[in-house]
Amino acid sequence: MCLQLTYVVKSGLVGFPLHQLNTKILPTLSATIPTPFPLVFSAPIVSFLSFIFSSPLSLPSSPPIFSPFPSSLPIRKKMATAFSPSKFAAQPFPLNTTSQNNPLTIPTIASPFLGSTRKLIRLCSSSNLNLRRRSGTVVAVSDVVKENKSKSTPNLLITKEEGLELYEDMVLGRAFEDMCAQMYYRGKMFGFVHLYNGQEAVSTGFIKLLKQQDSVVSTYRDHVHALSKGVSARAVMSELFGKTTGCCRGQGGSMHMFSREHNVLGGFAFIGEGIPVATGAAFTSKYKREVLKELDCDHVTLAFFGDGTCNNGQFFECLNMAALWKLPIVFVVENNLWAIGMSHLRATSDPQIYKKGPAFGMPGVHVDGMDVLKVREVAKEAIGRARRGEGPTLVECETYRFRGHSLADPDELRDPAEKAHYAARDPITALKKYLIENNLTSEADLKAIDKKIDEVVEEAVEFADESPVPPRSQLLENVFADPKGFGIGPDGRYRCEDPKFTEGTAQV
Amino acid sequence: MLAIARQRMLGQSFKKILPAVSVLRSYSSAAKQITVREALNSALDEEMSADPKVFLMGEEVGEYQGAYKITKGLLEKYGPERVLDTPITEAGFTGIGVGAAYYGLKPVVEFMTFNFSMQAIDHIINSAAKSNYMSAGQISVPIVFRGPNGAAAGVGAQHSQCYAAWYASCPGLKVLSPYNSEDARGLLKAAIRDPDPVVFLENELLYGESFPVSDEVLDSSFCLPIGKAKIEREGKDVTITAFSKMVGYALKVSEMLERDGIYAEVINLRSIRPLDRSTINTSVRKTNRLITVEEGFPQHGVGAEICASVVEESFSYLDAPVERIAGADVPMPYAANLERMAVPQVEDIVRAAKRACYRSVPLAATA
Repeated sequence: MCLQLTYVVKSGLVGFPLHQLNTKILPTLSATIPTPFPLVFSAPIVSFLSFIFSSPLSLPSSPPIFSPFPSSLPIRKKMATAFSPSKFAAQPFPLNTTSQNNPLTIPTIASPFLGSTRKLIRLCSSSNLNLRRRSGTVVAVSDVVKENKSKSTPNLLITKEEGLELYEDMVLGRAFEDMCAQMYYRGKMFGFVHLYNGQEAVSTGFIKLLKQQDSVVSTYRDHVHALSKGVSARAVMSELFGKTTGCCRGQGGSMHMFSREHNVLGGFAFIGEGIPVATGAAFTSKYKREVLKELDCDHVTLAFFGDGTCNNGQFFECLNMAALWKLPIVFVVENNLWAIGMSHLRATSDPQIYKKGPAFGMPGVHVDGMDVLKVREVAKEAIGRARRGEGPTLVECETYRFRGHSLADPDELRDPAEKAHYAARDPITALKKYLIENNLTSEADLKAIDKKIDEVVEEAVEFADESPVPPRSQLLENVFADPKGFGIGPDGRYRCEDPKFTEGTAQV
Repeated sequence: MLAIARQRMLGQSFKKILPAVSVLRSYSSAAKQITVREALNSALDEEMSADPKVFLMGEEVGEYQGAYKITKGLLEKYGPERVLDTPITEAGFTGIGVGAAYYGLKPVVEFMTFNFSMQAIDHIINSAAKSNYMSAGQISVPIVFRGPNGAAAGVGAQHSQCYAAWYASCPGLKVLSPYNSEDARGLLKAAIRDPDPVVFLENELLYGESFPVSDEVLDSSFCLPIGKAKIEREGKDVTITAFSKMVGYALKVSEMLERDGIYAEVINLRSIRPLDRSTINTSVRKTNRLITVEEGFPQHGVGAEICASVVEESFSYLDAPVERIAGADVPMPYAANLERMAVPQVEDIVRAAKRACYRSVPLAATA
């Protein structure tokens, strides 16, 4: 039932500041290597931590090398996906038992997921060249992988349509956020605006796999999550301008994007606040299926949050309950290494967030969040798990925000070398390169998409500009779902039209 | 126990010193201007250098120099052991601060805004406010919780609530809300020296405003008494009580009313708990009319408490019903025009004053 060939696309931690990492991470890594995999690497880990990884999307040609003995092991290690199965005995993962005998076999699974398993295997083999530089912690090698390696033509991870869809979504996110910055500096937008530049791969990689009824819960950095989920650019832009045509009629603002139609459940200003809400949405899905007997209800919820949130109590409480009740949720950590000006390494005792999943009985996966294809593969698996009712997953996406925390943040504390390093790994340029190199599309097509998105964003701005501001009567609306309770008086007219409205709202 | 006794002695000796100081420095102000931000920064600096048990804790207080730059320069001066950047764990680090205060340290816990204190409110109320009572005086909690409170500009519903009324209803807490630089300096110093938990509600929009201060204020032992309101402007026709940013509005209103021949007395509450009922009542007995102004939600607000207090103690002196001006009874909307409508404006206060003085009939609300 469970996917056996699980993988860790272990891209290592950021190469900054590494000297701290080595001493901190080393003991913990070896301590958590699960016993079925006696492939504990101490030496390779040191070296892997000191490498900066290269372009993530290049396809390799070298065969995989498998050796169970660390001494003869080059850094280039077969990466298998392991949702740390040994961490929790409660979940029967056959891989535990088989691997002790022969780590090479992967039992065949009669699940619809097998199709993409091949892709995962290919991902492992294909990204082997890249992973050479960042060997993983847990390793499980499969015969299947070896077989597939014999095929000469690498099978691609996406089709042309999917590729263009991903590209368009990421470009929309980027163009929209850049326009937000412009509008903010022109005074059309105000308050707190948190931009998502650089992290588009995470949003696109995950949300494009969802159905309309699946829900997304996010934090204040939620413009692009709403856009990926399907909220129109016009609605989001109007909301940011505070106009009545916005997705929340101008009442929410940048940090509070809600959409019932597209199941975007917010948009929360307090970090950690969205996680219990997302867990509740997942609970509803399970409840509908089991108690209300809507047997085809397999809605999944995605909770997006950052690295700073992973120190917050609510996060741990929800990990516990989601695993306990096997809720269909995926906890997506957008680890961009900085919480305003607080480096993740300064704030966290164990910076490897994905390890916190197994502590609660769910798989913890680390993925390179600057690579949309890798994120998409991990997302497929995690969302698939949730849909099948196997429970939650914690996915840590290592990503980076190109701009400051918000438009009011001077962003002085981040090292320019770090920023440059990640700017070179821009997910959009990487996907572009992948699409062109694999002849999935042409430069002209992509430029056409760029142009189209520019027009969409400009039209959104025009629409927002021309939209009216909320009328005075809207001030008191929507406080309650039951309108008679508040905004509308007993005579059917708005209370704010009552002559005593300004009297300290005592009458309201 | 000894620490507590020592704290009380220190507190009393400060109080003895202060009148002497003010006598010595009774020359008129040289009217130096400092911003509220500088006032708070200097107050923290002086208190930290005077007492090694004082330390700062909060998000971004250290390397980022403070989310609103209030703690600028303090990390360089006092080091990371005394200026602690915390992870984003309000409940956790507030609890840690309270625990440190139990054992005799004097933490100053910063909330990036008081909205985030809701994640920690269990510790503020249950661990800090109630401890002295529950332990029958054995454990006092000399902690200060500070941060911006109330509405800023365009920050939405979850960043704009005013917590004065919530904290002021809790026995065991002292709640202070400064307006100008003098208030900020004096009250923060008093709060840090105070042996009880103090909630110090600043205002983000006032941080950048400059006010003139006298040399007495700039002295390092300057302290304002907790529980005393200040009469910012004397008058005889109507009393306006306000705190924090609304004091500025009330002062503007009093200037506008003066042109119409109404002389308003403006009281800067400074201390929401304990509320200076005697000053308010004395003023109402003089003017016979009262307007309370606040930015927070109207129901069960600070104005409601003041109104009740005045009705209880000075009912026969009132010539007009008490007018309460408060924020709109809605979560703060984001759209700029709606936000303006949701917060009291100067015109609202002027209209209320005129209604209280029977100079105008209630007009229909103009759109």
